[in-house]
Amino acid sequence: MAIRTRETDHPVLDYEPERPGLAPRRVEETDDAALEAVAAKRWRMALALTGAMLVVYFGFILLIAFAKGFMADRITDGLSVGMALGVVVILATWVLTWTYVRWANSVYEPEIERLRRR
Amino acid sequence: MLVSKFVPGEANSVAIAFFLVFVGVALGISWWAARRTRTTEHYYAAGHSVTGFQNGLALAGDYMSAASFLGIAGLVALKGFDGLIYSIGFLVGWPIVLFLIAEPLRNLGKYTFADAVAYRLKQAPVRLAAAVGTLSVATFYLIAQMVGAGTLINLIFGIDYALSVVIVGVVMLTLLLLGGMIATTWVQIVKAVLLIGGATAMAFFVLGKFGYNPLNLFDTASKENGAKVLAPGSLVSGHWDAISLGLALMFGTAGLPHILMRFYTVPNAKAARQSVNWATLFIGFFYLLTFVLGFGAMTLVGQGPIGDIDKGGNAAALLLAEDVAGSPFFGFIAAVAFATILAVVAGLVLSGAASLSHDVWVNVIRHGEADEGEQLRVARLATLVMGALAIVLGIALQGQNVAFMVGLAFAIAASANFPALLMSIFWRRFTTWGAVSSIVVGAVSALVLIYISPTIQVDVLGHEDALFPLTNPALVSMPLAFGIGILVSLLWPEPAAQAKFIEQERRIHLGDVAPSPRAGLPARAR
Repeated sequence: MAIRTRETDHPVLDYEPERPGLAPRRVEETDDAALEAVAAKRWRMALALTGAMLVVYFGFILLIAFAKGFMADRITDGLSVGMALGVVVILATWVLTWTYVRWANSVYEPEIERLRRR
Repeated sequence: MLVSKFVPGEANSVAIAFFLVFVGVALGISWWAARRTRTTEHYYAAGHSVTGFQNGLALAGDYMSAASFLGIAGLVALKGFDGLIYSIGFLVGWPIVLFLIAEPLRNLGKYTFADAVAYRLKQAPVRLAAAVGTLSVATFYLIAQMVGAGTLINLIFGIDYALSVVIVGVVMLTLLLLGGMIATTWVQIVKAVLLIGGATAMAFFVLGKFGYNPLNLFDTASKENGAKVLAPGSLVSGHWDAISLGLALMFGTAGLPHILMRFYTVPNAKAARQSVNWATLFIGFFYLLTFVLGFGAMTLVGQGPIGDIDKGGNAAALLLAEDVAGSPFFGFIAAVAFATILAVVAGLVLSGAASLSHDVWVNVIRHGEADEGEQLRVARLATLVMGALAIVLGIALQGQNVAFMVGLAFAIAASANFPALLMSIFWRRFTTWGAVSSIVVGAVSALVLIYISPTIQVDVLGHEDALFPLTNPALVSMPLAFGIGILVSLLWPEPAAQAKFIEQERRIHLGDVAPSPRAGLPARAR
């Protein structure tokens, strides 16, 4: 990774600040590796939650498309399966969103903070 | 069933009073914001100073357009369960925005979503293509809102249709030219609070007539109008149609330029994250209310009177307001509906103007060399152009089906903007020409497929059948945009763009201040 960034023609990336009194630091590799690890972790989380949302929503849509009769069944007076599942989809949207925000604030954010301080 | 006192085209004095108060408030906000708008940073991004909670409200305000407030309430009132398919579809795009787009976009860009797509690619071609995507989505969405605005104001106040469109356009332009994104944000916040408050009060009044039990309401609705109102019906006829519509609704949100632009108004990725969390909560709550409002209008007002005033059912929420709480409440809801249109139109025009001035003028024509004064002048000029375009199209396209235009905008957003944005953020080997081909193929295929779909060929042109069987093109055009982007990127690799991917990753995760000894401040390479 470090080699790759070396190859860029980016002026700022090739800038190495003076570190008076210290030996030149060789952290690029661990920095980039750590960043990629966090990036991969967030990517996996994002994909998993996106997948969950897709399953919930397209489950609902496929039932509308292929199981109209089932969706019309009544659970009780005034409540069809379709409407109950509609409410479930809205609740699932909230739960998934909340899950991500909680994960990002308590796991992802501290790791990013550690990388920033390096 | 009560006979409503509401007469279309006859002015209601309470409605006019609320309307004038709201216009006054909007102009006051503009005057206040004008003193705080000195740079393009203020004009387009409100100085990145909006909090996560405020932006959550503003996002909700931007998203809950007249189409979703009046349109969905009307759709549920006339079609029952089928209308709910739309409200749920409009909501499920938000988690996608949160998981995949919001934070990277905030950290990579400045004013437009093209900033993020072009971050490590060649600026000019990507920005031009993104401008095509942005402007086509913004234009179709604007037509829908302006036509809706003209019809609504004509209906409520009895003002001539064309004059109604001009009034909306002039108030919107005054707001934008004076106060830019700061004024737009606050109008959206005020509107979101009024809309959610008004809809909650109305739902409360409706439920009061049914012992505060929504099941009683739904039961009454199904006894009066047939069990079919609680079940999937004819709106989504074919299997593939349902899936295609679902795709467009879900991924369209993540490609709407005026929504994406709002993420630049917050100071950092964390605030962007919080703002989607709030927005999802508000919008979900609002769409739950549409269950009650739609079925409330169906039983209390009746499908007959709603359909008599407007075939699309757009008057359902207004009629219901008068029915449950009388004429002053009707006036209030009418003014809220106007505020809704004003806020959404302002956000759309601003996103179109940002694309014209920031992407096309500053970054393509002037190669990023324009000074601050010039940028701000061009920004205001572009706003004027977009605003004038909105007024002209609004008048010229009177009578167009509003819901169809919104569907079109979502389909293009899902096909042209979303795939390129996603691949640029997450795929190392994505290239300049991969992005250009993805955006162009996405936009063109969506437009062509709509043209040869039953929506245009059968409904508009009156032909027997259509070449393309689906009413919504997303099921074909979205995979096509992804496919061509991947194919072009793999066939013609771009090593420079790959090499910059790690820098982009830094920027995505660490933000614009990354005091690592290696990265320094990864300012845009110019």
